[in-house]
Amino acid sequence: MHEPLRLSSRDMASFVARGFLRLDEVVPEALNQRFLNDIGHRDEQEVTDPMAYYRSVMSNSAIPVVAAGTPLHEAYPAGSALYDIFTLPRIQGAVQSLVGRQPSFDHHFLHMTLPPHFYGEQASHHVSQHYHQDSTIDPRTTFDIQLMYFPQAVTADMGGTRFLPGSHLRVVSEAAIARYQNVLGQRHVVCEAGTVLIVHMGLWHGGGLNLSDRVRYMFKIRLCPTEPQVRLWDTSDLPNDHHQQRPIFWTGGAQDPADLHSILTRPEPWHEDDTGRLEAINRIRLWRRLLGDETFDADYWLTRIDNELV
Amino acid sequence: MQNHYRDDGLSLKQKIMILWLSNSALDSRVIGWTFYDGSGEKRHMAGDQDQPPYSSGLAALQDGWRLVQISPLLPHASGDEFRLGYLKYEFMFERMTANA
Repeated sequence: MHEPLRLSSRDMASFVARGFLRLDEVVPEALNQRFLNDIGHRDEQEVTDPMAYYRSVMSNSAIPVVAAGTPLHEAYPAGSALYDIFTLPRIQGAVQSLVGRQPSFDHHFLHMTLPPHFYGEQASHHVSQHYHQDSTIDPRTTFDIQLMYFPQAVTADMGGTRFLPGSHLRVVSEAAIARYQNVLGQRHVVCEAGTVLIVHMGLWHGGGLNLSDRVRYMFKIRLCPTEPQVRLWDTSDLPNDHHQQRPIFWTGGAQDPADLHSILTRPEPWHEDDTGRLEAINRIRLWRRLLGDETFDADYWLTRIDNELV
Repeated sequence: MQNHYRDDGLSLKQKIMILWLSNSALDSRVIGWTFYDGSGEKRHMAGDQDQPPYSSGLAALQDGWRLVQISPLLPHASGDEFRLGYLKYEFMFERMTANA
């Protein structure tokens, strides 16, 4: 058994700023194939009735039915593909860094997006999924994570999950954001087999339309922390000057883009001119929580407005 | 009931475009966009276009879209000044097209 590989401070700061981490090809191919076998994947040519196939996978796959609140380490039987996936050092380390050593299982689901030829003449009625935020209005600072596992390579025409980097700290109500068809800077998952996207519970996302001739699978699981999310990652790389303020606006030249302050304050293309600054403030507040240190600031955003003299 | 037919017998169908801009000025940059096409010529959907159709709301006006609604500017509730939710600067446009 290998030790979990916890996230670096830069990875954590990027997650705080953008709401996702992408682990490319983190699951080995042999394990991807075991997962596909476990769910009862069949060659597309063998499928004649798409809804029957859907029901068959739902009822016959080896994905267990697990009660919400179950500790993650009890959710999957030892020896199953899912157990082995969650004990991969990089997956286990990322999960520990974000939601601790003993997260609880919320729910899981195998999303299957079927290609148009499965639907025949009805295919033209199919559209992509609207943007939404999962669950419901959730104003907590404590956050859950969702892992999206892609067991096969996802090509552009397979309609991989669309998501909006940096949208996770917006408090909205599930499908109320469905009106936003396209937002500047949105991404579509195109990846090799075995890629895992880890997202903050608040990240805006939606499934794409599968225009290929293959079934697209995405296995999603939501995990909740059971301990305060304070310094759970590998903090050994936190620089000594992490609390030191740097020049702002008149900087004397370009600043280091890999600096943690730069990562935390970097705007997204869709940020509004004024609320982009509030996004920075909300990220700094979350970073303070994760550091366990209410004195941290980046680019003076909170120090300035906290300077209330009475 | 309003007559939606023109004198030449063609019906008018409404196309809607919603733009979200980077601030409250119509000439600020486009950060989000949505289309609904009442003519049925094209089915728009989420995620179908990664680049904005116009650089600004003003550019859309100059291309013939009619502005029909702008989101209001609301005061910030005390204690809730930093909470962010929906995109703030929403501009709705329409264009009427003739269908035989």
